[in-house]
Amino acid sequence: MQALALCNVGKAYRRYAHPRDRLAELVLPWRARHEDIWVLRNVDATIESGESVAVVGQNGAGKSTLLKLITGVTKPTEGSIVRNGRIAAILELGIGFHPEFTGRQNILIAAQLMGIAMDEMAQAMPSIAAFAEIDDYFDQPLRVYSSGMQVRLAFSVATAIRPDVLILDEALSVGDAYFQHKCAARIRAFRAQGTTLVFVSHDPTAIRTLCDRALLFDRGMLAKDGSPDQVLEYYNAAIAKREADYQIRAVEATSAGRAGTRSGDRRATIESVDLHDASGQSVRALQSNARARIRITLAAHAPLESLTVGFLIRDRLGNDAFGTNTYHLRTPVSALAAGERYECTFSFDALALGQGHYSISVALHEADSHLARNHDWWDQALVFQVLRADEPYRLGIANLPVSSSGVRPIGSAVSEAPPDREGAWQR
Amino acid sequence: MSSLQGMLASLWRYRGFVRASVARDFQLRFRGSALGFAWTLLQPIGTVVVLTLVFTSIMQPRMPGAGAYTYSIYLCAGVFSWGLFAEIVQRELNVFIEHANFLKKSSFPRSSLPLIVALSALINFLMAFAIYFVFLVAIDRFPGWVALWAAPVIVLMTLLAVGLGVLLGTANVFFRDLGPAISILMQFWFWLTPIVYPISAVPEFVRGWLSLNPVTPLVTSLHGIFVDGRAPAGSALVMPAAVAVLVCVAALLAFRSQSDNIVDEL
Repeated sequence: MQALALCNVGKAYRRYAHPRDRLAELVLPWRARHEDIWVLRNVDATIESGESVAVVGQNGAGKSTLLKLITGVTKPTEGSIVRNGRIAAILELGIGFHPEFTGRQNILIAAQLMGIAMDEMAQAMPSIAAFAEIDDYFDQPLRVYSSGMQVRLAFSVATAIRPDVLILDEALSVGDAYFQHKCAARIRAFRAQGTTLVFVSHDPTAIRTLCDRALLFDRGMLAKDGSPDQVLEYYNAAIAKREADYQIRAVEATSAGRAGTRSGDRRATIESVDLHDASGQSVRALQSNARARIRITLAAHAPLESLTVGFLIRDRLGNDAFGTNTYHLRTPVSALAAGERYECTFSFDALALGQGHYSISVALHEADSHLARNHDWWDQALVFQVLRADEPYRLGIANLPVSSSGVRPIGSAVSEAPPDREGAWQR
Repeated sequence: MSSLQGMLASLWRYRGFVRASVARDFQLRFRGSALGFAWTLLQPIGTVVVLTLVFTSIMQPRMPGAGAYTYSIYLCAGVFSWGLFAEIVQRELNVFIEHANFLKKSSFPRSSLPLIVALSALINFLMAFAIYFVFLVAIDRFPGWVALWAAPVIVLMTLLAVGLGVLLGTANVFFRDLGPAISILMQFWFWLTPIVYPISAVPEFVRGWLSLNPVTPLVTSLHGIFVDGRAPAGSALVMPAAVAVLVCVAALLAFRSQSDNIVDEL
């Protein structure tokens, strides 16, 4: 049986340039003065009963709107949605909670808001309190709760009665790690009992372990519908990179983004720093272990006998991740003439950084380090993001080539795959 | 919300929610205060005492056919019933905007929100009116059975206020200028209704205009009941009843056609 069927679903919001335009449109209805903003369009999907479906996509891709449409909070502008069974939605935790009332009172009203009968709720009450682990606080006003306790109570009440369809909007990413596991366990139990699950998440691990299907949304369109692996791979390769790139450039465009500290005697100055991908395109986001090139252009303002160009990649917290310079790489630089412009590139066959944000600082100086004679030091000249490639989970700022033998009796024959690089292992 | 029946059915299913919300609203007014529930009674008591003291001992305005407390009886009937009317209109005006997050994040019958507001205001009013009755008995001016006539008058008052409030509240989501504009208009409306002054005190030509105000016959009827012990003439209630039905139908149509758009606009 189908739990949900979406047929050519689209949602548009009206936007008026000015509140006056709305009034004008009311008075003169034959002249439209609004703009239709389509946040979702042409969505066709059916979700079978008992299926677990992840909804993936960047912010603004239309994920939350989709959930609101499925829940019935808002109506589609075009197309139709068919629902079967009782739907419980957690679009936001703690809806209907009031800080002045006790946990027990809040549970009762939240349950009624979800349309759960009083007697059913009365039965579930002890298990709600137990699951939320709020013990003595149950009859205290909500305002004395810690935020963690409020979240636990909200999740607990929202999932007190097993629904036919459970809709979650990033609700799993709340609370401490322990409670997250507890939530995941409850959702898994629902799933085992036949609950259909639709949930928005940014966590690849949660998607892979909880879902058997994923829908990828991009700019209001259903871009891909397939297994979590397929969809996440496509997402990482295509969309995540584009979006990360866009976001970093948006910051660069602001004055704060250009405010990297500069210092030096300015006998030579850095004009630009750019990051290129394998095809030579300027990028701000790339996948781990991708080919990359740092391109630096500079200008000499005085005749220089020699010049060293160096860079330093630092992680988000400012820890040095990797750096070197032309001096140590023994790439000789001929004398520079005043008033001339030069360029210098550093190429990586594989930029072996783990996923995360990094900055590049660039320096022009003499000899081996900028401590000797510093012409221009540009701190955080550029920020970029490394995205996870389609590969098993790994942690940290280094992405080292690695393989595993698995667990086997000591001394038994090895038949492991050869390591990624540098020939076979000596045993 | 396809039909009126559907709307009523879903409201019935959510009666528990409505009841709990009204109770919460009531509790919330005096939550955390030491006297708690007593304040719901002390407030109207304060109103009665102030109006009585000021107008029987200090100002002593002359009322036609006056007894010592006549003006105070006259004032309280108007002030309390206007209080009901104004509270409902003002709160319905903002009911959707105030509950924006609620409406956007959960799926429930939206018509329950105006209902909760109306019921909560009505309970508040009944408390005040109970005090008023006690006062009338205490000064030996209780009109007897004719006081029952207040019930249909109050029902009309409530319907008028809810219809008007929901109609304006729906429009207010889209035209936010309405909120502050209505607040100002309500002040004018108060003085265009014979609450503080007797209608006989205004010039003849103004009286004609005042009678166009649907609240005037309602308040005047209450005056008749409590000051003179006289049942209202049926004909006096026809106009307000007609207006009440009209605004309620308009409110229902507006709410039903715009209910989905309200969520999108908030």
